[in-house]
Amino acid sequence: MSPGALGKVYHDGEVIVRQGDVGDALFVIQEGRLEILSERQGKELRIRIAGKDELVGEMAVFEREVRSATVRALGEARVLTLDRKNFLRRINEDPSLAFRMVETMSRRVRELSAEIVRLKAALGERGVE
Amino acid sequence: MRTATSPAGAPADLRLVDGSTVAVIGGGPAGSFFSYFLLQMASRAGLALDVDLYEPRDFLQPAPHGCNMCGGIVSESLVQHLAMEGITLPPSVVQRGIDSYVLHTDVGSVRIDLPLHEMRIGAVYRGAGPRDVTERRWESFDQHLLDRALTCGAKHIPARVEDVGWQNGRPLLTVRGGAARTYDLVAVASGVNSPTLKVLEQLQVGYRRPTLTKTLIREYRLGERAISDTLGPSMHVFLLNLPRLEFAALIPKGDYVTMCLLGEEIDSALGDAFARTPEVRAVMPLGWQASERSCQCLPHINIKGVDKPYADRLLFIGDCGITRLYKDGIGAAYRTAKAAARAAVFGGISEAAFRRHYWPVCRTIASDNVLGKLTFVFTQRVQRSRLLRRAVVRAVQAEQHVAGGQRRLSGILWDMFSGSAPYRDIFTRMLHPGLLCRLAWSVAASVGPSHAARLVREA
Repeated sequence: MSPGALGKVYHDGEVIVRQGDVGDALFVIQEGRLEILSERQGKELRIRIAGKDELVGEMAVFEREVRSATVRALGEARVLTLDRKNFLRRINEDPSLAFRMVETMSRRVRELSAEIVRLKAALGERGVE
Repeated sequence: MRTATSPAGAPADLRLVDGSTVAVIGGGPAGSFFSYFLLQMASRAGLALDVDLYEPRDFLQPAPHGCNMCGGIVSESLVQHLAMEGITLPPSVVQRGIDSYVLHTDVGSVRIDLPLHEMRIGAVYRGAGPRDVTERRWESFDQHLLDRALTCGAKHIPARVEDVGWQNGRPLLTVRGGAARTYDLVAVASGVNSPTLKVLEQLQVGYRRPTLTKTLIREYRLGERAISDTLGPSMHVFLLNLPRLEFAALIPKGDYVTMCLLGEEIDSALGDAFARTPEVRAVMPLGWQASERSCQCLPHINIKGVDKPYADRLLFIGDCGITRLYKDGIGAAYRTAKAAARAAVFGGISEAAFRRHYWPVCRTIASDNVLGKLTFVFTQRVQRSRLLRRAVVRAVQAEQHVAGGQRRLSGILWDMFSGSAPYRDIFTRMLHPGLLCRLAWSVAASVGPSHAARLVREA
């Protein structure tokens, strides 16, 4: 790793957060990719892949609930951890910082809506109501 | 009509509108952050602004032509805040990530690790590097931020503003060579070492330059490998009882180490005296010569901000306005620049609007500095008393050796040295009964001579 690389390097398959853990931090991807997985009945389902500059793990920080998904490095990834306390304090001082979060969440809602439409269409083609 | 002083009775509802013109004097972090956020917020508000950023320096040139004379630390909190903004600092800009501090005293040294074991502080060069840099392996931090501002639509004018006056109630800038232009708003982000500030004082808008003190910044070329093997990814902070010296640090960069000193009547002789101490020699590579420096400067820093960093159509941001005491000047530039941009876009550009929307952020920093002064009294006391130095080193060592334990003193020292937390927060933690008890116990335990001998052996 370059001596000037900020954050922490996670190797392929290394877990950054685990579903069900208490969330006290969020993460910004500095380099590489992370996969977000939902674990159900012992099986893993990939929800999405996040890339450079993306924020992950923000839901647990805002909702004060346990992590809803597992985040794992897909190949080598460099990730910067943002403390929950520092993050919320800064948003309190400068609410415009939340704008980026709203943009991110809005984009995800749009992607999820498109996904629902796609799935419904696929089910409709199979004759499932 | 051109006048030297501010027009009286400017309307209180002055606002930026579509097509308004804005000049930013200074392309360091404050100027670039201001331009970046101003254009970003204006775009969100549906305003098209014309932003000219005046910066005569070429940050692609080694010192002194491209240097903004600074220790070059991007604090832990600023790294996080920028990441939240979507501004990541790549390894091509950050010369070395810092994950720990080592506190050195004459009675021992102690390493303070970050609990997360993550590189969270960036050591950068504001320009292209010291005078004798031969190979450009890293980008300038200031150029990186300037490029961001330019990408958003700011226009770089590589000229020095020599005069500021008024024409028909609007600020009029004259650059070297005589070209002049009026603007709807002028943001001054020229730092404290610029002659432009004297001109701005003469505008009679209530601006008086901040109270300053001198620092010493010196560069030593050691090579990347030697730095990794000796100083490592740690900032080295020294509390030495050296006359006139208040604070000293060695900051590892790519191929160089930056030496930063704060003190009274600071000069090159004090720098030499510090560099010759056994504590400094102990962390530098074998055979290192204190006299073989690459370059040195004695810039001023702001130690008491201005009372009124705004007027009608005028803003003072970063060091030439209000900044944090001793630490995290780049972080203060970010905070004041963003607050100023927000005020200008959403609040208006009159003095009344700036007082309402910009001044609160400046006032928070200024009040925090008052508590900062008190916290630095603590380090001065430690520096002057051998017994206290022993007690502090002992207490921090004890905290660092207990996994998962409370690290109150380590956390306080970390935040003081890194500038990562508000002074109010640090001061409150200093008064914690648990910490005071631990310190009292450490003082009592440090009285014995056997303790000092053990610490020296451990160091």
